[in-house]
Amino acid sequence: MDMSTPMGRGPKMKLVMVGNGMAGVRTLEELLKLAPDLYDITVFGAEPHPNYNRILLSPVLAGEQTVDDIILNPTDWYAENNIHLYLGKKVVKIDRSARYVEADDGTRAEYDRLLLATGSNPFMLPVPGADLPGVISFRDIADVDAMVRASSQYRHAVVIGGGLLGLEAANGLMKRGMDVTVVHIGPWLMERQLDEPAARLLQKSLEEKGMKFLLQKQTAELVRGESGRVAAITFKDGDSAPADLVVMAVGIRPNTELAESAGLHCNRGIVVNDTMQTFDPRIYSIGECAAHRGIAYGLVAPLFEQAKVAANHLAHYGIGRYQGSVTSTKLKVTGIDLFSAGDFIGGEGTESILYSDPIGGVYKKLVLKDNKLVGGVMYGDTVDGAWYFSLLRDGKNVSELRDHLMFGQDHCGNLGHQGINKAATMTDDMEVCGCNGVCKGDIVKAIREKGLFTLEDVRKHTKASSSCGSCTGLVEQILAVTAGGDYSATPKTKSMCGCTDHTHEAVREAIRQNKLLTIPQVMTFMEWRTPNGCASCRPALNYYLISTWPGEAEDDPQSRFINERAHANIQRDGSYSVIPRMWGGQTTPAELRRIADVAEKYAIPTVKVTGGQRIDLLGVKKEDLPKVWADLDMPSGHAYGKALRTVKTCVGSEWCRFGTQDSTQMGIDLEKVFFKMWAPHKVKLAVSGCPRNCAEVAIKDVGIIGVDSGWEIYVAGNGGIKTEVAQFLVKVKTADEVLEYSGAFLQLYREEARYLDRTVHYVERVGLDYVKKKILDDADNRRALYERLLFALSVERDPWVERAREGKLKHEFETVAA
Amino acid sequence: MNNWTDILDVNDIPKLGARVVRHGSLDIAVFRTADDEIFALEDRCPHKGGPLSQGIVHGRKVACPMHNWNIELDSGCAVAPDQGCAREFPIKVEGSRVWLDLSAVERVAA
Repeated sequence: MDMSTPMGRGPKMKLVMVGNGMAGVRTLEELLKLAPDLYDITVFGAEPHPNYNRILLSPVLAGEQTVDDIILNPTDWYAENNIHLYLGKKVVKIDRSARYVEADDGTRAEYDRLLLATGSNPFMLPVPGADLPGVISFRDIADVDAMVRASSQYRHAVVIGGGLLGLEAANGLMKRGMDVTVVHIGPWLMERQLDEPAARLLQKSLEEKGMKFLLQKQTAELVRGESGRVAAITFKDGDSAPADLVVMAVGIRPNTELAESAGLHCNRGIVVNDTMQTFDPRIYSIGECAAHRGIAYGLVAPLFEQAKVAANHLAHYGIGRYQGSVTSTKLKVTGIDLFSAGDFIGGEGTESILYSDPIGGVYKKLVLKDNKLVGGVMYGDTVDGAWYFSLLRDGKNVSELRDHLMFGQDHCGNLGHQGINKAATMTDDMEVCGCNGVCKGDIVKAIREKGLFTLEDVRKHTKASSSCGSCTGLVEQILAVTAGGDYSATPKTKSMCGCTDHTHEAVREAIRQNKLLTIPQVMTFMEWRTPNGCASCRPALNYYLISTWPGEAEDDPQSRFINERAHANIQRDGSYSVIPRMWGGQTTPAELRRIADVAEKYAIPTVKVTGGQRIDLLGVKKEDLPKVWADLDMPSGHAYGKALRTVKTCVGSEWCRFGTQDSTQMGIDLEKVFFKMWAPHKVKLAVSGCPRNCAEVAIKDVGIIGVDSGWEIYVAGNGGIKTEVAQFLVKVKTADEVLEYSGAFLQLYREEARYLDRTVHYVERVGLDYVKKKILDDADNRRALYERLLFALSVERDPWVERAREGKLKHEFETVAA
Repeated sequence: MNNWTDILDVNDIPKLGARVVRHGSLDIAVFRTADDEIFALEDRCPHKGGPLSQGIVHGRKVACPMHNWNIELDSGCAVAPDQGCAREFPIKVEGSRVWLDLSAVERVAA
């Protein structure tokens, strides 16, 4: 079979897409981004509408939005991209040997590649009367039109199915003024997403809105009225209810009819592999019709992941793989707050934490297994849904958080503003992202106008939540409220960046196992999909290399952020700041004189004392940096790097009447030993000479408190975005032990944390018990870690000395005159 | 009229890096990709004026050091959805020498 492809020469290849829904069109959008001219594209859609947001049919039914509001790609879009669009034509035949498809009206289109995105069909109960006028499903715009028409003429609506879709339909019909009864075969509503207590609360509040429920009822027949239209519903137990409109929402079935007729292997969906190919490699399938590893997904986010992968292969990049998704659910009924994810029922080997306030209408259940969150249900208060979901997805060890877990992220030491306001109650002018000054209105506008669905999209377009990330939960909520709730599914593992599908851990492991020493080696070995990475992965790779193979791996200045390349901090006007090292925050008159002289000689506009007990010279011109360093004649302060920053100290027993230990000398010793230490992120230490703690050790990566009988070591504190009190690790007797235990902890962090994780993030992920096991319980391992750190530091040199005295990388600081 | 001027050697610019060429008060960032392609842009990000020469070069793009906008080296324009363009200047490479058309620079500086 000829699978070769004309690239840019000769006639274009032909791509035909059957199905014009969200997943399919997203694939085309991704494909056009990668390879705009590779294909002649033809699209067949059975509906008479261009691609619209099916998730938002519920708000349209409820009268909260119009059909125009939910169109994602108007017909102009197809024209602009030279896509032949056939609307209202249903493809009925695929000829795989002659490679064409044929629609019900005889329209034919030939293909080189075929994309089946036929979606799903609503399942209709095979009961007598199911074909009567007035009996419909809830799947497309035509169904919504039929419901809206019925609501203006009739009174009694019956919705069969008390799942997500059924309740949204019932809510919409109720808002349109109908008297609505929901019939459900199960013992409680939404049993696939809710446990019984949560479902009871939901039922109660829907009943308060006027909805009626008939649970554990099996439909026997739909009864025809005099007009020929449905008039009533009867049940197997003999009861009946009036029904002028019956909406069946009992589930969907992947639409595989066409694929099956063409002889493609189907098993509860069109079976596809990780590259979204069917058993015929020319034919791809994505969306609700496709069965990937036995699962046909029905939520937007996994389908968009699939779209990305399919597009990547259609564009001949050939490097993406879809590996399945974990999903979560939110119900889109105004005024009802509900969230569920993962295994929320629990079973053998799981434990549950429950919070139940039936009067206040709040219910929360979290299911844990092996100290990890595996599922949860929330009703009435879903502010922390996104946070729980991220804990679940990352498989974080939550044993440390257990006591507070139920009360949400705010009670776990985060002073950011995640989840304090509920997105729905915020006004448009309220600020969501403090870092980038983005208000709720900006985000809502971008979501609506640009048709955004994922957190990544919102970050790219608005910058909200793209800096410190503390508003991520809030942005996700706004996304849920604005774009519909099915947004939040994400791939099971988080890749390093868009250049690769590999995780940080996998990349590190490969570097270690295969002794990779340069960035190009890693990229080749791990099959990077970009030629030389991006500004996100290159600094991470550079750190992983030099920390894994100190002295052997190449430190690549071009893969370091400017601050670490220039060894000074870039300021908003393009000038730099210089902070010389003062061991333990102690200085001398001679150093102060040199600093003063340098500030005058180079006309440095601002001199400031920092929070870490250092002196900052701000506004230095880049070309002056080597001369400034030479004149200062002090070591690099590394205030610009993901590196050991400062060891802050109090004066301690030498001067202080309360001091029990010589904290200043301890701080100087620590700083001299750990000097030049690169790390996944910045590292700050402090030493206090007594428990009065004047050096503020509780918010440092490593904090030491002197007590009468020795030293207490605290780790993983943080004073920044995520304020976190350091946790007690161990008490030791001697200064040497302080060095060894602190060093071993820092080396563990250097070896295992993801790039840009502070110690607080790392310890939160692995758990303090793990750290104790590695450092306290295993003395050999502790010494080995400390030895590895000392070795890594022994090959590092002071970058200021190299540049100021030895002319290293001169070109970095010189401009060329022209 | 063109005013082609020999400004530096390709090897004066680090691979995946940039040098700043100063003409009067105007800074021009001259970039070199992994494949030794050379590009010249005004050293000002269209976003908030960050010095593009200080960014990380990847593929045919540079990431601004200030807020991580990605700028296409061949057009000077930001990668969507960001919007805006840095001014580009005509440049040519002969042998290992890089030539800049100063007349274009002067039109801007004037």
